[in-house]
Amino acid sequence: MTIDAATENLLRDLTPQVLGALVRRYGQFEECEDAVQEAVLEATLKWPSELPANPRGWLITVASRRLIDHIRSDHARKARELTVSFENTTDDSEVAAADDTLTLLYLCCHPALTPASQTALTLRAVGGLTTAEIAHAFLVPEGTMAARISRAKQSIKAAGSQFSMPAPVELHDRLSAVLHTLYLIFNEGYTASSGADLHRGELTRDAIRLTRMVHRQLPADGEVAGLLALMLLTDSRRTTRTTASGDLIPLAEQDRTQWDKTLIGEANSLLEAAMARSPLGPYQLQAAIAATHADAQSAEDTNWQQVHVLYKILERIAPNPMVTLNRAVALAQTAGPAAALDLLTELEADPRMENHHRLHAVRAHLLEMSGDAPSAREQYKLAARGTASMTERRYLESRASAPVPPVGVEPTLKPF
Amino acid sequence: MKFLLIMNVNTAVLDALTEDERNEIGAGHGAFMDTITKSGELIITQALADPSQSAVVRIRGGQSVVTDGPFLEAKEFVGGFYLIDCENKERAIELAAMIPDASIEGLGVEVRQIMFSAGPLDA
Repeated sequence: MTIDAATENLLRDLTPQVLGALVRRYGQFEECEDAVQEAVLEATLKWPSELPANPRGWLITVASRRLIDHIRSDHARKARELTVSFENTTDDSEVAAADDTLTLLYLCCHPALTPASQTALTLRAVGGLTTAEIAHAFLVPEGTMAARISRAKQSIKAAGSQFSMPAPVELHDRLSAVLHTLYLIFNEGYTASSGADLHRGELTRDAIRLTRMVHRQLPADGEVAGLLALMLLTDSRRTTRTTASGDLIPLAEQDRTQWDKTLIGEANSLLEAAMARSPLGPYQLQAAIAATHADAQSAEDTNWQQVHVLYKILERIAPNPMVTLNRAVALAQTAGPAAALDLLTELEADPRMENHHRLHAVRAHLLEMSGDAPSAREQYKLAARGTASMTERRYLESRASAPVPPVGVEPTLKPF
Repeated sequence: MKFLLIMNVNTAVLDALTEDERNEIGAGHGAFMDTITKSGELIITQALADPSQSAVVRIRGGQSVVTDGPFLEAKEFVGGFYLIDCENKERAIELAAMIPDASIEGLGVEVRQIMFSAGPLDA
């Protein structure tokens, strides 16, 4: 039995609410999470023929029963205490449900977990994806992903974490961890870290959906809005960044008439509102850079001065060699390739950039701009050898064999 | 990120090991597999038969020519591998260091990032 998209969306929206309701009532995150997964599975089998009048109450009831079954097999006594029916639960606790979702996100992005575990657990507990779907998205066997999720839940338990909002002093760091996790999920989908396909749509879609959810709950947070805007702006170029055969098309050569204007419009409104009222942060700045590109009719029309200034501010508030590398591309447009090549020489001293393929790729691009085709070719070859993405390698190899001066390169979306 | 941890073995080095050392290596691999299975990092591991059993296939002039491995004279050959999915290259190197072969004089474990995968993952 297959479920339609509307039912699937409903289920995914309800999953964190149901899990939140269960954990708040019973504690035991690990056991509740398993029970909710089973209830969701049962829903996918039963709902296509008959959608319950109160889907949320239905899921809570079924998940509670599952939880009781599990506990009964351990402790018969405990089970009697849990015979509570949610059959008539009304949706009067929308506020609590929203808070629960946020609390769950904080729990899934607990500092005791590695980023890979945080992303997997977030997609399952909050995103409502099955282990099989997550495994598929990350191209690993289901057993590997199941072990990772199980280990993550045990780590949370071992860390003695409670199902409650983090203390105010912790809140900022935890929200940063949540945003970083969502950013990683988006990036994994947008620029697959390895593999043949540059784009895995399901992950970018889920990252956007979850970030929208956080934004609905924290509408005043500028960085949440900034991250959502950044994702939407990046996603607006999705259909134009590869050829039909899957080859990469750099920003400068993309068909801008095909960029998704609706997404760009939504992102611009989000960003303007955020930047007007919130302190500047890295996500807002990256979104502002993407918005500057989205604004330009062509690569030549781009306001490179503005791009350069934005990278400079980003460099100051979140210093990172990748940011400097991107600034070099903008600098080449405003001050010429020689100035940008000087900046690259400074960057070489950074051990994090040692032999990094992006450094070679940008240098190749700058050498091309300055008319040194043979040296550019050598750098493209080095860059091609250094990347672990097939699509990127094909693109860099094609540049190595036939350099044509392009303007600008795809701004990196790699995490920093 | 996916990596192949390649155990390059050397017949002369292996032949020189004592029975106890061999048992220790076996136990070490068992413990390593257990660790990375539980952490959700192991995709698959396989050990390869001796290269003396290898065949090399070449098509020459439309004809298939099968010979014994030309690599028999080589001192080192691939003995087995672990395919893992882990956080980053640093973690892959940390895991490689946990493989008993890494501690044996004359042997080492090569860490190589995966670039493309296809096929049923649960096979």
